[in-house]
Amino acid sequence: MAAETVRRIDKTASDIHKTILKQDKPIMRFPMRSLSNVKYDPKRGHFEMRGKRKVRTLTVSTVKTFAQTLRMMALSKELVKNDDIATKREAYYVSKNWDEARFLEQPESDAVMDDVEAFFEVNREQLGFVPEEKGGEISGKLVIVDRDSETGKPLRIDCTRFGSGAYSIPISVEHLKFQTEAKFILVIETAGMFQRLVKHKYWKTANCILVSMGGVPTRACRRFIRRLADAQKIPVYVFVDGDPYGISNIYRTLKVGSGNAAHLNEYFCVPQARYLGITPKDIVDYKLPTHPLKEVDIKRARDAVKNDPFFQHHKEWVAAVEQLLKMGVRAEQQALAKWGLNYVIDRYLPEKLAHPERFLP
Amino acid sequence: MKKESSEFSAGALRKKTVQMDLFQAGRRDEHSPGVSAARARSGNGKSAAPGKSGGGASAARIAVKKAAQSTPVPIEVDAVEEPAPKAKGRAPARKRETAESMARRQREISVAEFFQKNRHLLGFDNPAKALLTATKEAVDNSLDACEEAGILPKLDIVIEELSEDRFRLSITDNGPGIVRAQIPKIFGKLLYGSKFHVLRQSRGQQGIGISAAGMYSQLTTGQPLRITSRTGARKPAHFFEIQIDTARNEPKVLTDREVEWDVEHGTRVEMDLAGSYKKGRRSVDDYVVQTALANPHAEVHYRPPKGEVWDRERLTAQLPREPQAIRPHPHGVELGALIAMMRETRGRTLKGALQADFSRVSDKVAEEISKAAGINPESRPRSLKLAQVEALFRAIPKVKIMNPPTSCVVPIGEELILEGLKQTVKADFFTSATRPPSVYRGNPFVVEVGLAYGGELPAEELVDLWRFANRVPLQYQQSACAITRAVTGTDWKHYALQQGKGALPTGPLVLFVHMASVWVPFTSESKEAVAAYPEILKELRLGLQECGRRLGSFLRHRRRLEDAEKKNSYIRAYIPHIGIALKEILHLSDKEEAKVVAVLTDTLERTRKI
Repeated sequence: MAAETVRRIDKTASDIHKTILKQDKPIMRFPMRSLSNVKYDPKRGHFEMRGKRKVRTLTVSTVKTFAQTLRMMALSKELVKNDDIATKREAYYVSKNWDEARFLEQPESDAVMDDVEAFFEVNREQLGFVPEEKGGEISGKLVIVDRDSETGKPLRIDCTRFGSGAYSIPISVEHLKFQTEAKFILVIETAGMFQRLVKHKYWKTANCILVSMGGVPTRACRRFIRRLADAQKIPVYVFVDGDPYGISNIYRTLKVGSGNAAHLNEYFCVPQARYLGITPKDIVDYKLPTHPLKEVDIKRARDAVKNDPFFQHHKEWVAAVEQLLKMGVRAEQQALAKWGLNYVIDRYLPEKLAHPERFLP
Repeated sequence: MKKESSEFSAGALRKKTVQMDLFQAGRRDEHSPGVSAARARSGNGKSAAPGKSGGGASAARIAVKKAAQSTPVPIEVDAVEEPAPKAKGRAPARKRETAESMARRQREISVAEFFQKNRHLLGFDNPAKALLTATKEAVDNSLDACEEAGILPKLDIVIEELSEDRFRLSITDNGPGIVRAQIPKIFGKLLYGSKFHVLRQSRGQQGIGISAAGMYSQLTTGQPLRITSRTGARKPAHFFEIQIDTARNEPKVLTDREVEWDVEHGTRVEMDLAGSYKKGRRSVDDYVVQTALANPHAEVHYRPPKGEVWDRERLTAQLPREPQAIRPHPHGVELGALIAMMRETRGRTLKGALQADFSRVSDKVAEEISKAAGINPESRPRSLKLAQVEALFRAIPKVKIMNPPTSCVVPIGEELILEGLKQTVKADFFTSATRPPSVYRGNPFVVEVGLAYGGELPAEELVDLWRFANRVPLQYQQSACAITRAVTGTDWKHYALQQGKGALPTGPLVLFVHMASVWVPFTSESKEAVAAYPEILKELRLGLQECGRRLGSFLRHRRRLEDAEKKNSYIRAYIPHIGIALKEILHLSDKEEAKVVAVLTDTLERTRKI
């Protein structure tokens, strides 16, 4: 794999070199990284890239980005060859040695890195770049088999034995193995709700594995859930805030991947995920306290219905989002506390879990 | 007051003292003898046409002279205590005047007295302005005299500081000089001059300026005006000391003698006056520089009270074309003036009178006017009734009349404006435009605009607007001037300048705007602001736009070059990094790396131009 990456970087550089010597302007073609360049394939269950590409010709106006992209590739080759890694932040600091070509802010270097990743259609880890973000937390009836980094011997981790804490999903999850008797995986948006369920050992009551995403799930988190669900053949239920962000950013990204790195969605998605709540119907049924939708919420919801191939494919979702827009309100997970702090454990979740067929796709 | 003094006595047939009397135009022959003013062009004397806009026979109504013919019987005013009529709400028991008692105090006011009290009307309202105005009046006269005599002007302007607030001003020209008999009246009598009754482009108009300066000098220092003049190499030079008898508006000669003078011909005016000398905008320094700019044919030497002597050689040895005097155009005439013309005309028939006294009135046009007015074209003009003249007046606009001849207006010219600006202002870009002649209220005029941009001019300030009328810089009352209105009314953002709403534009810019006309319509006697006639505003705008467009395209071109330069440096900054990256990935040699950089730089620079 590493040799292949190096070979492809060399090939690209060599092509550019030849073009320059022919007094032509070199060209790089990047897949477009946006929602407009993805399609939803319900059979495969994730976003796939359509053929759209942006052509970056080396001209006066692109010379800076072009130079930065090439230097990023050179850095990647260096990392892969030496079996080293750099976080996004570190790569940003490396660029500070590039004089005029340095990045001023990290988002600039992140974007170039994403371009390089999409260019080679690989996972950025294969280029030697690793994210520094944490991948989510696990609690419940699960034993994870990892390897000791010194001895290489198997290391069994029992996720019931973290007490009031939890197991952290590592950045790389491909080598993990699982042992579990749990019936399903419950994926939770907020750390607060996760804490409550852990505290009351809800995983024991419901015989499940609890996962905290802490906002939009990282690639590692998505990959972990995917591998776990695939390996054990158990369903994945998602419990997020009843607002456009919870629905279209968090749930959608978990289930079908992102529009930004569509070439990787095949691995970083959880097609079997289903939406437990909070649904617009829950807001009505449970008489939940609400807040009005903000302008950004409304825009996000309209965008989902109009431009997102996933939502457009599911009539139930279009109806639900439009219901939310019509109501003009949103409700958080914690809003259930209106009826008592443990109402969520005693009433809401059991009632919902009694009818998984009613979950939104 | 403004109106009257500028519309004096159109009816005077001969050059003569302008009388201030009420409705007593002309005919005061006792004033006439010997007044063949040296500065007047005798050729025009005979046909001197009515003044520009008239005011008619009605001389300025400065005098209030109602009941002064008979000496009224004195009445003890205080004693007269008639029982007050039972007027409601009116407080009685006040000392009352009678017509007779008032009549005793009613008397003629001399124009000199009037302006002595109202000197601000003539530009003597504060010490700094007084010094400027006095200089200006003398310089105007010198330049006018030189040009009329066909002499290339050479001016020596010297200002000495006598004490902190007192200055000695001396202006010497190489003009034709003034004949001895005329000197006292020209310098010692207000409203005495050669230019008022002639419709011809000149700096001076009313014959007030230099004598008013003298009056101000006399008022503030008690010193007389000192004049030296010589009319030719074989003639003696005369030296005069003159004061003005303000009560009578008559000169008082203190000294009159022949002197030795090394100037072959010319005039020197010297006066002491209270004033204050400042630098910067609206200073005498600015005035002199701008005067030189507007008079490229003049040689100017200026010695200010402080600082260095400033000399300017002439830019051209060619005198401006001699401005022709024209007869008034019917479209500019006012009723009063028309009444006077009908009374004074030499034409025996109405038709003949119209043709003789107006420009652009042909036999056919004269008949059309008469017909439109319902008057027999053969009727005697003098016997026309007032109502008939009014009918005539109303008929004029109905008849199509050719515009007045415009050859009589002499612009400075685009080239000389350009050359002058280049010499005066350190800038990067210069342009100028002379508009074709146009007409307002029957008066032909020409607008000229010049513009200097960039260089050492201050970039963050409002533009420096230099206004000129008949080659005279206008220093004060900028905001009241039609020129300013035209500049602020132009959208300079179109021309890549910044501009606040309703304000002058901001930027490193000097704007030169000149209006030349046989009669510049000033808003006051101090001649500081041009009145805003729509036709004038339009021409000003067109001239400004013409120069503005050229400035805009210059600035846009320059910006393009700057962009290209920026791109160039951009290319040079980033291409080496492509070389470094390729070198790192492909293990290129230094030589190969250098080649990549060189070839790529060349490729990009070559294609950028397409």
